[in-house]
Amino acid sequence: MENQKKNPISGAEAIIRCLLEEGVELIYGYPGGAIMPIYDELYKYSDNLTHILTRHEQGATHSAQGYARTSGKVGVAMATSGPGATNLVTGIADAQIDSTPMVCITGQVASHLLGSDAFQETDIIGISTPVTKWNYQITKASEIPEIMAKAFYIARSGRPGPVLIDITKDAQFELFDFSYEKCKGVRSYVPLPSLDTKQVTAAAELINKAKRPMIIWGQGVILGKAEEEFKAFVETSGIPAVWTILGLSALPTKHPLNFGMVGMHGNYGPNVLTNACDVLIAVGMRFDDRVTGNLETYAKQATVVHLEIDPAEISKNVKAHFPVLGSCKESLPQLTRLVKHQEYADWKQLFADHMAIEIKEVINGDTLPTKEGLTMGEVIVGINKCTKGDAVIVTDVGQHQMIACRYAEFVRSKSNVTSGGLGTMGFALPAAIGAKMGAPDREVVAIIGDGGYQMTIQELGTIFQNKTAVKIVVLNNDYLGMVRQWQQLFFDKRYASTEMTNPDFVTIAKGYHIDAQRVSKREDLDQAIETMIASDKPYFLEVCVEKEANVFPMIPTGASVSDIRLK
Amino acid sequence: MSELTKYTISIYTENNVGLLNRISAIFLKRHIDFLSFSTSQSEIPDVFRFIIVVSMTESGVRKIVQQIEKQIDVIKAFYHTDEETIFQESALYKVKSSSLFEERQIQNMIKDSHANIVTVSPEYFVIEKTGFRDETEELRVALTPFGLLQFVRSGRISITKEKMGISEILNSFKQQNKD
Repeated sequence: MENQKKNPISGAEAIIRCLLEEGVELIYGYPGGAIMPIYDELYKYSDNLTHILTRHEQGATHSAQGYARTSGKVGVAMATSGPGATNLVTGIADAQIDSTPMVCITGQVASHLLGSDAFQETDIIGISTPVTKWNYQITKASEIPEIMAKAFYIARSGRPGPVLIDITKDAQFELFDFSYEKCKGVRSYVPLPSLDTKQVTAAAELINKAKRPMIIWGQGVILGKAEEEFKAFVETSGIPAVWTILGLSALPTKHPLNFGMVGMHGNYGPNVLTNACDVLIAVGMRFDDRVTGNLETYAKQATVVHLEIDPAEISKNVKAHFPVLGSCKESLPQLTRLVKHQEYADWKQLFADHMAIEIKEVINGDTLPTKEGLTMGEVIVGINKCTKGDAVIVTDVGQHQMIACRYAEFVRSKSNVTSGGLGTMGFALPAAIGAKMGAPDREVVAIIGDGGYQMTIQELGTIFQNKTAVKIVVLNNDYLGMVRQWQQLFFDKRYASTEMTNPDFVTIAKGYHIDAQRVSKREDLDQAIETMIASDKPYFLEVCVEKEANVFPMIPTGASVSDIRLK
Repeated sequence: MSELTKYTISIYTENNVGLLNRISAIFLKRHIDFLSFSTSQSEIPDVFRFIIVVSMTESGVRKIVQQIEKQIDVIKAFYHTDEETIFQESALYKVKSSSLFEERQIQNMIKDSHANIVTVSPEYFVIEKTGFRDETEELRVALTPFGLLQFVRSGRISITKEKMGISEILNSFKQQNKD
């Protein structure tokens, strides 16, 4: 520490030193005028810190998110002022709503120019305020160590989220004596509410008396690194467990107590039986409207236990009769000690009965099709077979996302990377880059629709340059499929602006020197998937699927979960 | 739809540029207007206090206060009904000096309403009155016929009857950090 004080360093170098102090190895970004001093330092520190040049700043945020989601570490994205900064906003909003730990660093015009409408000046603090967990503008180099330490602490602690730090160019040049101390707390911020043991006891008593209890788990289990604790709770209690889209992969797909997905395109049983359970145990989830459907008719018969780290989520959408504040990593083991194992045989039979109906009405048609056109479902099943459920599946937004989440099989946690709350088309391709770099030993398969793919298709350049061995599957139906489905069901088939005349995706991939193949016949599908998975390089596979297929089951907007449609 | 009630939201915060934007964004996102707003130093050095008056349902105000409290630089937020607080507003009235000397009524009005004359010049004089909304409003209506040159009313300032315990929160943080 002492020798650090003797050599003043620039603010720009201090930023790099802070990143290294926080254990950052990889950052995603795009240079520009107001952040050039930091990029100059990155050049000098390139042995210690890898910078991935994305092809658009939005790509940098999604890559940082993908990295955070598979590695469990804080993702870092960097951009210049003005348009560089505003291009980060979608990824920041996505990270905010999906609680992804991320630190964004933006350059800013020199402090004497602030407010003068200088070249590439934008009020990124004002713009990012509603979509960040915290943000701060640094105008003096001496602020850097404390603010950067605070930024990482806030991003990763409690309910994680994105933090944006804006640094004026003069602060990047300014020299000062650097010393770093990790942040251990912020006096106005309580990341981890203390666990109320009385509430746990009361919840356990209630659970032990329940005849038809149901667990809904969300991403809180993954963010809290509580997969083992959760599994122990489920197995000890014997209670059927169902998941939200972001909770997916926290418990293996084939676990006997994993009964499927809730929500708009979730499984039939979990949705219908939400309105039949007597005790609903919500673990690290937030009752999003895509999960609950109409709140007026959502689980009104149930007594709700809510294990949640964020006090603002308690009784926000669904009244929690027994809120258990705290990290589920702490609360679940306490609950597990108090719950008694029960078989709930009749209750579980109801899930099985509903599943039998869903298999007959929906799943068989999706996964074992007899009609000519390829289905999205059979592609996912093919990928399952080939990867044995051990791949990281990165999805974009739309029909392919719902199908992938419904049918992809998982044996490990942190394997499902998708844009849940914000529904950001264009998420998957850059997120897959980050996902692969966050888990380099794992197979990463991005499943993307033809619409979302074209929103961030330029990131093929990043994949090519870095030889990132992601497998890209575009399920092409020449439509913005989910919107088209809604137009068919709710707008009398008026397909306004949803049909797409697409380019030759294979040629585009080949233009980036990425091995590529197109499949449009069932007999070629398995071989194509095998070739793709066997490759140790990036690979692009376009599958031409049925143009006007729909995703079912479906809870129409505003309908009750128990009114889920099978067709 | 549940009934709308007037609530006073008190927010204790760190002093941070941009925090006002962060707090007002929480209201904006839900399309809720401030009826009144004021901010000042609180009883604790370096801790600020925002007072925001809104008309909302109880469930709505509870959720918004949870969201406010979630912000990193917010130490604690509360909401109270009028009955639970002691509150006042201040108003300033600028009137032509000629009316003060010519109209005896004005002098009585000032005396009866317990208003104070802040300044007098040959052209105008300024009256200050602190009280409830209906009291400052009554004086405004009364002065209007005499040519009210300017009128301004402050946001509500409010103190709660119950204890806030902010020092305890801050001390417990200090204690935790020692452990």
